[in-house]
Amino acid sequence: MADIDLSKNDIVRDADVAREPTVIVDDVHIVYRVHGAGSGKGSATSAVSRILSRKRSAGVREVHAVRGISFTAYKGEAVGLIGSNGSGKSTMLAAIAGLLPTEKGGIYTNGQPSLLGVNAALMNELTGERNVILGCLAMGMPPAEVRRRYDDIVEFSGINEKGDFISLPMRTYSSGMGARLRFSIAAAKTHDVLLIDEALATGDQAFQQRSKKRIEELRKSAGTVFLVSHDNSSIREVCERTIWIEHGELVMDGPTDEVVGRYERGERP
Amino acid sequence: MSTVSEPVSLSAPRGADAGLTPKQLADKYGLSVSGRRPGLIAYTKQLWARRHFIWAFATARLVAQYTDAKLGQLWQVVTPLLNCAVFYLVFGVILNNKDGFPKYIAWLCIGVFVFQFTQSAVQSGTRAISDNLGLIRALHFPRASLPIAFTVIQLQQLLISMVVLVVVVVATGVKPSVTWVLVIPALILQSMFNTGVALIMARIGAKTSDISQLIPFAMRAWLYMSGVMYSIQDRIDKWTPAIQWLMTVNPASVYMDLIRHALAPEIYNKHIYGEHAQKLPHHLWAMGLAWGVVLLAIGYVFFWKAEEEYGRG
Repeated sequence: MADIDLSKNDIVRDADVAREPTVIVDDVHIVYRVHGAGSGKGSATSAVSRILSRKRSAGVREVHAVRGISFTAYKGEAVGLIGSNGSGKSTMLAAIAGLLPTEKGGIYTNGQPSLLGVNAALMNELTGERNVILGCLAMGMPPAEVRRRYDDIVEFSGINEKGDFISLPMRTYSSGMGARLRFSIAAAKTHDVLLIDEALATGDQAFQQRSKKRIEELRKSAGTVFLVSHDNSSIREVCERTIWIEHGELVMDGPTDEVVGRYERGERP
Repeated sequence: MSTVSEPVSLSAPRGADAGLTPKQLADKYGLSVSGRRPGLIAYTKQLWARRHFIWAFATARLVAQYTDAKLGQLWQVVTPLLNCAVFYLVFGVILNNKDGFPKYIAWLCIGVFVFQFTQSAVQSGTRAISDNLGLIRALHFPRASLPIAFTVIQLQQLLISMVVLVVVVVATGVKPSVTWVLVIPALILQSMFNTGVALIMARIGAKTSDISQLIPFAMRAWLYMSGVMYSIQDRIDKWTPAIQWLMTVNPASVYMDLIRHALAPEIYNKHIYGEHAQKLPHHLWAMGLAWGVVLLAIGYVFFWKAEEEYGRG
């Protein structure tokens, strides 16, 4: 806790020093187009009549998920994103990662931001051991680095604490064990900009403590960490700055204590 | 409680940068637009850097594919052999294609295995993007890794099948010869062709999922037109020049003939089989080379053009 307080003071004191930006979000709008959202007209006759009448599929609906958000994040910052369900937090994160196109506005980043989402590359049929290697390679690590870090990853995950589980297929793991291994793989790489979406609520108490420490390390070695979470205490512990998003609009951007405090009391400025 | 205006300063540039617009700030520190498609050379470099991932992904898929089946990876070999048996029954025995045909079983099996290689490349290529949206939406990597990985899976499967094929060919009485070495360049060319086709199909399949309903019909038509179970050269004189040309340049029959000639050259030997001996079209290697190089180049550029669109919307 002590060093987090220190960094908070730094921000206040260094008010006149130019900081290095890592993520610049400039008046961004994001629109989802949902196909087949019409009134269930997926039948064969309606498909034929749609083709015959040469109309564009009627079931396309637009969802304006992010409406004109702007902010700049700097090197060394850990930024929390809060807001109710469906407020556009995860959409914002995916857009920073470059995985969603913006309708309007621009997102500029330093290097390639990475979502902490290695789980998609893993295969349940394979052993934990093979999944560690596959996951690391998927994140773009060279094989030599994978071999070097392999033991650390397994130890961090704590999978082998209750016997040799790493050589068993991942489908035999409990959901907590699987989540721990996934986090351990994803957190093994240092990133310029790290985006974390609700990944801290996994595992037991001891593992949660370890993962918070690991995020703190990543933040120091890397550049900037973004954290989306509904768990306000983990936002308070990890982030010194918080952005509150509601209905795709930026409600508040400021020091965590202040923003989360207002969010909890429901005081919209 | 402090006022609302104060927290805004967390975003605003300070010191020397104060007053810069976001765009100016991005330019000054060399930030790039997130998610933009890299140039063709940069893309190729990224792809090369992920070669270990492509290989590991392909191997993992291959292993995971058969973990539920009791016979495991044996199915890779059994499935095409069963196909051969059905074709032999229908085309060899019932339609009586086999009489007088030199080494009909070897001819048929090579055809089935080689066509299967291209067919599965097309099929898995079509689904390469749409079946892996989770992976695409979570991680950054050159998307071409996926169709290429699936072609690598097909190649690994084919190499296993090749062992069986050699056993079949030898069992029909073909003697091992130096021409067997030619299987290697022929398979390399076919792999290049398959990769190109898989890349093209991956982009089409990512945009229009309806295409996967059409693929089985297209592949069956292609199979029957490629001379897997009959000889094109025996009939070619009866056709119009346009169809003759079409049947000759058909890449599936080009690669089939190359590998048939490499594995069982005596099928084409007039001194042994006289009038029944099969004829080889001219410029077979040139056609195989052209198909491989051209399709790979077209497919690669075609796929790269839509790189930033995969997995969105």
